[in-house]
Amino acid sequence: MRFLRFWWDFVVGDDWRAALGVVIALGATAALVAAGLNAWWLMPVGVAAVLFVSLRQAAN
Amino acid sequence: MTAAFLVASAFLASAVEFVEALTIVLAAGLTRGWRSSLTGLAAATVVLAAIVAALGPALKLIPIDVLRLVVGALLLAFGLQWLRKAILRASGYKALHDEDEIFAREAAEARAAGTEVKAGLDWYGFTLSFKGVLLEGLEVAFIVITFGSTQGNIGLAAVGAAAALVLVAVVGVAVHAPLSRVPENTMKFAVGVMLTTFGIFWSTEGAGAHWPGNDASLPGVLAFVILLSFGAVTLLRRRRNVVLA
Repeated sequence: MRFLRFWWDFVVGDDWRAALGVVIALGATAALVAAGLNAWWLMPVGVAAVLFVSLRQAAN
Repeated sequence: MTAAFLVASAFLASAVEFVEALTIVLAAGLTRGWRSSLTGLAAATVVLAAIVAALGPALKLIPIDVLRLVVGALLLAFGLQWLRKAILRASGYKALHDEDEIFAREAAEARAAGTEVKAGLDWYGFTLSFKGVLLEGLEVAFIVITFGSTQGNIGLAAVGAAAALVLVAVVGVAVHAPLSRVPENTMKFAVGVMLTTFGIFWSTEGAGAHWPGNDASLPGVLAFVILLSFGAVTLLRRRRNVVLA
């Protein structure tokens, strides 16, 4: 249990929503690529959105 | 460009972690004795070397796109943590990392702990040093393995990390005190930017998309993350000033 806790803290840290946002943005990129669209621009936009939401919550 | 970026990223990220590890080893050494502290350091170094030696070649067996997707996602989640904390520190929403303060806290706890001798070593000093170096070193190992494997050059990433180790060790022996003058907060900001940049770049490629100009677009991603970070710091500082006014 402590081992899993360590890896959770190590990779995910104190804002699990940011990690979830990354996974969602990646899934959307892969889906768009599968549909024939070279969506290289989606991850930078997704990261900007994730960072914005995460910082806003931390600042509140 | 990518190779230089790889070495610089591994060097900076490792230097930050080694500075933190040095603080713990010094706290253990000065309060509980150098023999136990340095044995803990050596034991953790052996464990870390074994982890890199075992995982490095194993990762070469995974297809590069899968590796970039998984590693990119991990780096991005990991890098965003660093970047988020660095932005909050730079804008005044989080206290700055202070090695002197951490050293004083660790040393006080080490002095207060009881004495237990195992295998001829002061066990508290050994485990404090071992755990500190292992935990900080795991981040270095993670960075060396992920950066190196996705670029197909673990050796080059290891060179960056080894250079940081030598520099921090030499300065640490010379100064014999926590390296509080190292611009650690600035370095953490830079590492957050680099980890996030690499994470965006590799995870996008791993998801099957192709960057315009391939590797040549990496500086563009870097510039985007830098602008984003400084923009966030500026906005948060303004907001804080309004709240405090």
